[in-house]
Amino acid sequence: MNPPAKPGGTGSDQGSGAFHWPDGRGGQPQPPPRSLDRVEAPTPGEVRLDVNGVEHRLPVDDNALLLDVLRDRLRLTGAKRSCDVQVCGACTVLVGGEPVSSCCFLAQDARGRQVQTIEGFAAEPGFPAVAEAFARHNAFQCGYCAPGFLMTLKPLLARGALRSRADVEREFAGNLCRCTGYRAIVDAICEAAGVEP
Amino acid sequence: MTGPGPATAAQPDPRPEPDPRQDQRPDSASDRQPGPERELGVVGRSPVRADLAAKLTGAAEYAADLDAPGALQVRLLRSPVAHARIATLDTTAARAVPGVVAVVTAADLVDFDATWGHYVRDRPILARDVVRFAGEIVAAVAAESEAAAAAGVQAIRVAYDPLPAVLDVRDAVTAGAARVHDTAARPGFGCPPGTTFVDGNDFYHYRVDLERVPGADPPDAVVIEREYAFPAVYQYAMEPHAVVASADADGIDVWSSCQHPFLVREELAEVFGLPEERVRIRVPFVGGGFGSKSYAKLEPVAVAVARVAGRPVRLVSRVEDAMVTTRRHGMRCRMRTVVGRDGRFRSRHAEIWMDTGAYADNGPTVTMVAGMAATGPYRWERVHVDAACVYTHLPPAGSYRGFGAAHLQWVGESQVDEAAAVLGLDRLELRRRNLLRRGETVIPGCRPLDADLAGDLDAVVSRLGWGAELPAWRGRGVSVGVSPAGVSARSHARVELRPGGRVAVLVGSQEIGQGARTVHAQIAAEVLGLPVDRVEVPATDTETTPYDRSTGASRSTTVAGLAVARAAERLRDAIVAAVAARWGVPASELLLRDGAVVCGDRSWDLAELAELAPDGPGGLAGEGSAEELGGGSGPALFWEVCVAGAEVAVDPETGRIEVREVVTVADVGRAINPSLVERQDEGCTLQALGNALFEEMCFGPDGVLRNDSLLDYRIPTLTDVPGGMTCVIVENGDGPGPFGAKGCGEGVFGGLTAALVTAVTDAGVRVPELPMSADRVWRWIHAS
Repeated sequence: MNPPAKPGGTGSDQGSGAFHWPDGRGGQPQPPPRSLDRVEAPTPGEVRLDVNGVEHRLPVDDNALLLDVLRDRLRLTGAKRSCDVQVCGACTVLVGGEPVSSCCFLAQDARGRQVQTIEGFAAEPGFPAVAEAFARHNAFQCGYCAPGFLMTLKPLLARGALRSRADVEREFAGNLCRCTGYRAIVDAICEAAGVEP
Repeated sequence: MTGPGPATAAQPDPRPEPDPRQDQRPDSASDRQPGPERELGVVGRSPVRADLAAKLTGAAEYAADLDAPGALQVRLLRSPVAHARIATLDTTAARAVPGVVAVVTAADLVDFDATWGHYVRDRPILARDVVRFAGEIVAAVAAESEAAAAAGVQAIRVAYDPLPAVLDVRDAVTAGAARVHDTAARPGFGCPPGTTFVDGNDFYHYRVDLERVPGADPPDAVVIEREYAFPAVYQYAMEPHAVVASADADGIDVWSSCQHPFLVREELAEVFGLPEERVRIRVPFVGGGFGSKSYAKLEPVAVAVARVAGRPVRLVSRVEDAMVTTRRHGMRCRMRTVVGRDGRFRSRHAEIWMDTGAYADNGPTVTMVAGMAATGPYRWERVHVDAACVYTHLPPAGSYRGFGAAHLQWVGESQVDEAAAVLGLDRLELRRRNLLRRGETVIPGCRPLDADLAGDLDAVVSRLGWGAELPAWRGRGVSVGVSPAGVSARSHARVELRPGGRVAVLVGSQEIGQGARTVHAQIAAEVLGLPVDRVEVPATDTETTPYDRSTGASRSTTVAGLAVARAAERLRDAIVAAVAARWGVPASELLLRDGAVVCGDRSWDLAELAELAPDGPGGLAGEGSAEELGGGSGPALFWEVCVAGAEVAVDPETGRIEVREVVTVADVGRAINPSLVERQDEGCTLQALGNALFEEMCFGPDGVLRNDSLLDYRIPTLTDVPGGMTCVIVENGDGPGPFGAKGCGEGVFGGLTAALVTAVTDAGVRVPELPMSADRVWRWIHAS
């Protein structure tokens, strides 16, 4: 199968954690960036985590999941737990500017990289315009999946990776929503991205 | 004004059908067939839902997001086997795990009757001596951390002596089958009076015996008789169940992700022996329900653990827990349809077995609705249906959106299509000849038909290119059905004028994503002549929110909505009376408009009137109920219409089905919020596609769920959205709810499932069971 024609694509990968490498290529195995290099063993005790621009120092177990640290330790509960297996996308947050499934991402691996959750995105000046698009289409119902969709969307918008409705449908195949029929979500994303719906 | 005014009648007269006019909404793929000319303000419009901002920013708190300082974390030990005697249960090591505060088993719950169940009180809070399904809760560990609780669960030692398990619903009803419960079913607090139970695995039967024309079928009639099956399915509300609970001398205090807080309160009061006023339930944002959070689920075990531990507890389940907490019933049935050579529907017989698993949950209700759906909305001369609710050693099954109709409508409709083919009659024509008309009996003793089904069918057909030739392996299908909705008139509401001229609507219908709060705000705003953003609908707290039976059966708009309308009308009257008394103006000359009371050129803003309250602030209020909808018409306060059509393509090489076009009908009487109506139908469309085409819980021969994660249990993604998806909103003003509204959001399940089946059949592949997964379709093609 050929790689996606457009940069930023994740092809048929249904995992929301499908890693978008900073160079915009999707789905291809790449050497990990330096910060993922586990040879740099974590120092026992405190770990520094940069979350939404705030530096936190806290003890984190080697096996602690980023989702748990964000939700239980930092009380940032916008990222949601649902499938636990990197399928649904509800727990999507940005690490180093790229979306990851925080339910399957070790908190230790976020050291030295900027983590952003929906709470951080929502405080940025660009957020209201995006939110407005979702509001106009009444795009979410129970809302449990909403933060994951928005955090998946943010880097795609920044990169200009959404150029057609097909792009949207491909990129968001890893975000589940059980309430809506997806159509209004796609419409809203197209509007936010300035794409013909 | 030709349409219904704010005051609605419980049993409205049939209204003249409107001319179907196309009203293509610019932002929408859907059609709206406007009803009577509207002179309404906010009702009939689609304001942005008020809860969206909190949901978009992550500020919305769901049960697992609640800060519960000091609460113990609870993990559950579940049975790995389907049916066994618990030989030994040793918690010694678990109690020694650092951080573990309490390890709770049935042995700790002996000071009360630790058995629950609203319909049948058959379910031990923790397994007593016996486990009846793989996944049954055997013990609970409460600890200072999740990790300690998990370690505690790991340290519990259990030995099971296996017992024979019945896993198939037909095996369960054969003579000599192992009994799931060896004592007769004991009615729960929610069991309708007069219900009789059978002493056996098939503990409940619902029967329809209808004879419009006594006699026998003509000997030359066309007879279609076959067996069918429907699988167990998982609702997958994205938020799994979560409960924060405390239990002390003052009573029980629970936060729960639930749909029926007042029935949860009743269940807990009953089980723990407390008056209801000492049980408090609060409901934060709920991450989807679809029936999976109806009635009590994890609340009894959470409260039991809190009681033993003597501290608040937090029980947050995972998908793997949710999948063995509740599910859709598997179904098997045998159906016979007899149609005369003249195309008259003569008789229908159905025997139905609903697999409710090891505990009844809402199984009898599901079984009843399935039995009703088996008849179909046709003028049969004779109908005999026997639907049995059957215990098996599988996880318990309960409510899931569109239950009953989802199970049976496709069966009956595919037999109608088969009969048409044998007779050489057009499928549509055969339906039209035999469809019930408004006012005719659907089920004896129930509300007569209150919808124009032929009109709904036409709405689908006209948008589906019906009649145009299709290439090979393509097919179209339509389907007609109705399902009882509303269930109970027990909804109450209170509408208060608050300082600043804001209005609060207190109503116990849960916001589970469907938009109930937005609709209720619109209804109150309409009655009170207010901008909708001046109305707020706070979250439910059973201490302060008036009683509402449940959030299900499509009743939030119709039933709870009517209570809101009545309460708002009383508040309106109270405001008018207060102004009339204070300023000496005749009440008959006062009008509420744009947030003010108006009399000619004088006006009083509601903000200043809030201070007029006779009993101080908050005193201006109105209360209302939907009790007027009661009156012995059975479970159907209205009939939810289940009409849809579909066009499919079958790939004979792979068996894969492509859904090219879907048309659904939202026959809602009045669309209070058309955008939300569309979202309901679109969401139900995707769920119905998943159920019909690939969703299935697979149990092994040992009764253990094999696909217990979202990796192996696939639900529809964006890539499954059909090529065309049109929702036709029909507004005939004929619902019993406010402004002529009736509920929606579930009918698509019965209608579309059946339309997909008949479309695939039209493409050349007969469908004996669901889901129509590619492997099955391929085998059906190659077997024929």
